[in-house]
Amino acid sequence: MTAIVEGVFGLGQSEREAALLPALTELTEHHRAHCEPYDRILGSLGHARGADFGSVEQVPWLPVRMFKHHVLKSVPDDQVFKVLTSSGTTGAEVSRIYLDKEAAADQPRYLGRTLQAVLGEKRLPMLMVDTIGIIKNRRSFSARGAGVLGMANFGRKHVYALDEDDQPDVEAIKGFLAAHGDEPFLIFGFTFMVWQYLYEVAREHRLDLSNGILIHSGGWKKLIDRAVDNTEFRRRFAQDTGLTRIHNYYGMVEQLGTVFVEGPSGNSLYCPDFADVVIRDPETWAEQPVGVPGVIEVVSTVPRSYPGHALLTEDLGVVHGIDDGDWPGKRFSVLGRLPRAEARGCSDTFSGGAA
Amino acid sequence: MDLQQRLRSTFVEALGLGEGVDVENLKYREIEEWDSVGHMALVAAIEDEFDVQFDTDQVIDMSSFKVALDMLRVLGAGD
Repeated sequence: MTAIVEGVFGLGQSEREAALLPALTELTEHHRAHCEPYDRILGSLGHARGADFGSVEQVPWLPVRMFKHHVLKSVPDDQVFKVLTSSGTTGAEVSRIYLDKEAAADQPRYLGRTLQAVLGEKRLPMLMVDTIGIIKNRRSFSARGAGVLGMANFGRKHVYALDEDDQPDVEAIKGFLAAHGDEPFLIFGFTFMVWQYLYEVAREHRLDLSNGILIHSGGWKKLIDRAVDNTEFRRRFAQDTGLTRIHNYYGMVEQLGTVFVEGPSGNSLYCPDFADVVIRDPETWAEQPVGVPGVIEVVSTVPRSYPGHALLTEDLGVVHGIDDGDWPGKRFSVLGRLPRAEARGCSDTFSGGAA
Repeated sequence: MDLQQRLRSTFVEALGLGEGVDVENLKYREIEEWDSVGHMALVAAIEDEFDVQFDTDQVIDMSSFKVALDMLRVLGAGD
């Protein structure tokens, strides 16, 4: 298992940037050649084609919001295999992410290599903290459905912890634990649902989750309202259910296949070797020093069917340290959503440039 | 029934394939029935039928009927 960890979370920051820079430069040219709106956006911002960038931080980025307002794809219409959508927090607007067959086949491999670092190769019995209803409409999955399906490959004997009315199915959870609770098992769900539907049910029914490995993702907003942050989440799960192997991850539909994973000691997210983060000052867009919060940019060499290799998110984050944690590279936290006004301001600039 | 025929009927049943589907030449994502939801059901059905366990890479790499058949042969299933 160590070899696998080294295979995905192995590159120190300078080696990582040296490997990423030529790949991101090539991707920028690839998308400019195959996605006309992207080429226009970059052109309007003064980026010449064929430019060399001095560092990862200088590679041009797009605000994720652009995928809500523009058709951004680098494959011909007849090769679009699947269109994924994400509903943001704003409701009506959705991002549209275009995948060709190759991209659809690639992204689970990247996700697989990344998560095997914490799960190992063996597929474990899997408790899904969701309802099977989420994947019933096969033509169009929500981001939640896509997340559930993407994770399903890592487990076997899947049991859903919620019934079709989104209510906890205590008997299903108990049945799963009776069958598999004595050996390592996998739990997956969105952070808020894991708290509300698994933690609270497990505490009430005194369920033993000590052999579990929890992989969870999604915002903390609803939990912060209940005064539960990442530290408290880990502490209460350990204290009340025995669950200590907990890995939060951060990723988005606009950069499918790339996830940033919480290390074993908790409270820091790490970048897989094919990705990185740049925390930017929201006023100058310059990279922030370690310890200073800013807007999170995510870079990844995975996106090839749409220009998503360098994306400015609408999340605030902070780098805690570089090459000084469980795994090499930057370690960071997501602090929450960017206040709306700032997000709108920055994307308007780009929309104007693209019009 | 030989391995290939057993696998064929497992595919037909797990994916709900109609008659006339060229099962032996099927590829993942080529038909509606074999999408990621179908894939989950298919993997579980093959594991049950042949009493094998695939690891994560094998589930991700199971990109065609032929690949699945080769994987079963390597695992010594149905011998």
